[in-house]
Amino acid sequence: MSVSATATQPPAPGARKRERSLVINKLRKEYRAGQPVLRDVSLEIANLGLTAIIGPSGTGKSTLIRCINRLVEPTAGEILFRGQDIVRLSGPELRAMRRHIGMIFQEYNLVERLSVIENVLCGRLGYVPVWRAWLRRFPPADVERAFQLLDAVGLADFANQRADQLSGGQRQRVGIARALMQEPDLVLADEPTSSLDPKTSVEIMELIARRAAERNIPAIVNMHNVELARRFAERIVGMSKGSIVFDGPPDALKDTHLIEIYGGEGWLE
Amino acid sequence: MTTADVSAGRPRQWQRFSLPERIMRSAFYFVVVLAVIWSLRTIEIIPEFLYDAPQQTVDLFVRMWPIDWGWYPKVVHAALLETLHTATLGTILAVALAAPVALMVARNITRSIILNSVGRFILVATRSVHAMVWALFFVALFGPGALAGMLAIAVHSIGFTGKFLAEAIEEAKPGPIEALTAAGASPLAILIKGYWPQVKPAFLAIATFRWDINVRESAVLGLVGGGGLGMALDTALNNLYWDQVGLVLVVIFGIVIVAEIATAWIRSRII
Repeated sequence: MSVSATATQPPAPGARKRERSLVINKLRKEYRAGQPVLRDVSLEIANLGLTAIIGPSGTGKSTLIRCINRLVEPTAGEILFRGQDIVRLSGPELRAMRRHIGMIFQEYNLVERLSVIENVLCGRLGYVPVWRAWLRRFPPADVERAFQLLDAVGLADFANQRADQLSGGQRQRVGIARALMQEPDLVLADEPTSSLDPKTSVEIMELIARRAAERNIPAIVNMHNVELARRFAERIVGMSKGSIVFDGPPDALKDTHLIEIYGGEGWLE
Repeated sequence: MTTADVSAGRPRQWQRFSLPERIMRSAFYFVVVLAVIWSLRTIEIIPEFLYDAPQQTVDLFVRMWPIDWGWYPKVVHAALLETLHTATLGTILAVALAAPVALMVARNITRSIILNSVGRFILVATRSVHAMVWALFFVALFGPGALAGMLAIAVHSIGFTGKFLAEAIEEAKPGPIEALTAAGASPLAILIKGYWPQVKPAFLAIATFRWDINVRESAVLGLVGGGGLGMALDTALNNLYWDQVGLVLVVIFGIVIVAEIATAWIRSRII
């Protein structure tokens, strides 16, 4: 659709893969005029696998990821995905785009008074008519898929429990199942492990990486934890003060880069 | 400075209010006393009526006794059912009318200050007019009877129900809403699957609490022609049949207690 996007991109091996690449061009976000949180960020996610965005708090990681599905309104720039500029979409077109992008949240964001299975089925709300959701008459294929996903995240026995009875790690598994229920072409995760203990964090990262790989789709994950990023990401993007200051494979991330991203050096031993 | 004070042996001072604050507080108490004196003079208490009040009270109770239980199956039973129906239908109608207004008032649903204010005006306007006055209005429109009482209950309850419902909607957590938005859900789907599960317990608590209040209110609406127990009370008072008045009062007392117990039980089951 956009000439500049296709020009900067190497010829894709297959149409299917090209469809799943995301191109961000000069994305700018100012919550207050004149104080940009994102300073004309450009980023291309053409690779499969997991891309980790690291950086200190308040550096715009979360804003960047939320601009992609327009939970946050960008001030300027373009975001090309599936042949459309997400920034220009509105109403039903924007909703149709959003259902192709699954999102996982730090605080899980489950509807606590609904059952686990219904939370997973909420991932279909962009597809099914409202009356079906209201009467809880989801298409049988969706229900079957929801059960399969609960099996896959290891919560098959919890289908009819209320979401507020689960532990943090279990809730995040439901969040992942809900995102996958959308049959997304891209997964976004905003600090998915920041509220979890170290062991559960590793399990959750493993789950996200494995499921994204199985679906053959890219995942973009914001995280604080550099070690987790090195362990699971195939590509690391380092942000500082609203700009990208590092972009490369985990091996290439050296202490000098970390100092540039986080500032100081006492914390690096 | 403080160290100098301590070394000089002067005790440090502390006072809760500054001098201007103390003057303001004294003035406030003075105004309250003035207001009480002024009110007492305005209501013009006639001492003679006050002196024999205890005898009058005893006299009333004596005339009510023995209560005319025989009147219950003839008139009061039907009036009691009418009161309960008035309260119940009125509450259901009130909730149906209040829900859209509450959505209009809740700032996380309706992002327009003008619409918020219009909704808020509807809530204040319906609530500030007493149910008795609404009943007089609807009796003039539709004639005396349970219909007028039911509409009075419904319209008067919009304010209370809508206000608390709007607050419950505004307290809904934004996280799940964000998640459903990100999944591409339509606004209506977000309302049904994101907001409703969060608001439901408050909604049921508000509706049952209002029903409890409405049972009490509809019991007396008959005094102005709104049907139900009040109508029976009015008849008995006009005929000076004090034993029948006593019966109606006992029945009102009983039904209010039953409503109280019922709503408390329902609320404990929901929450």
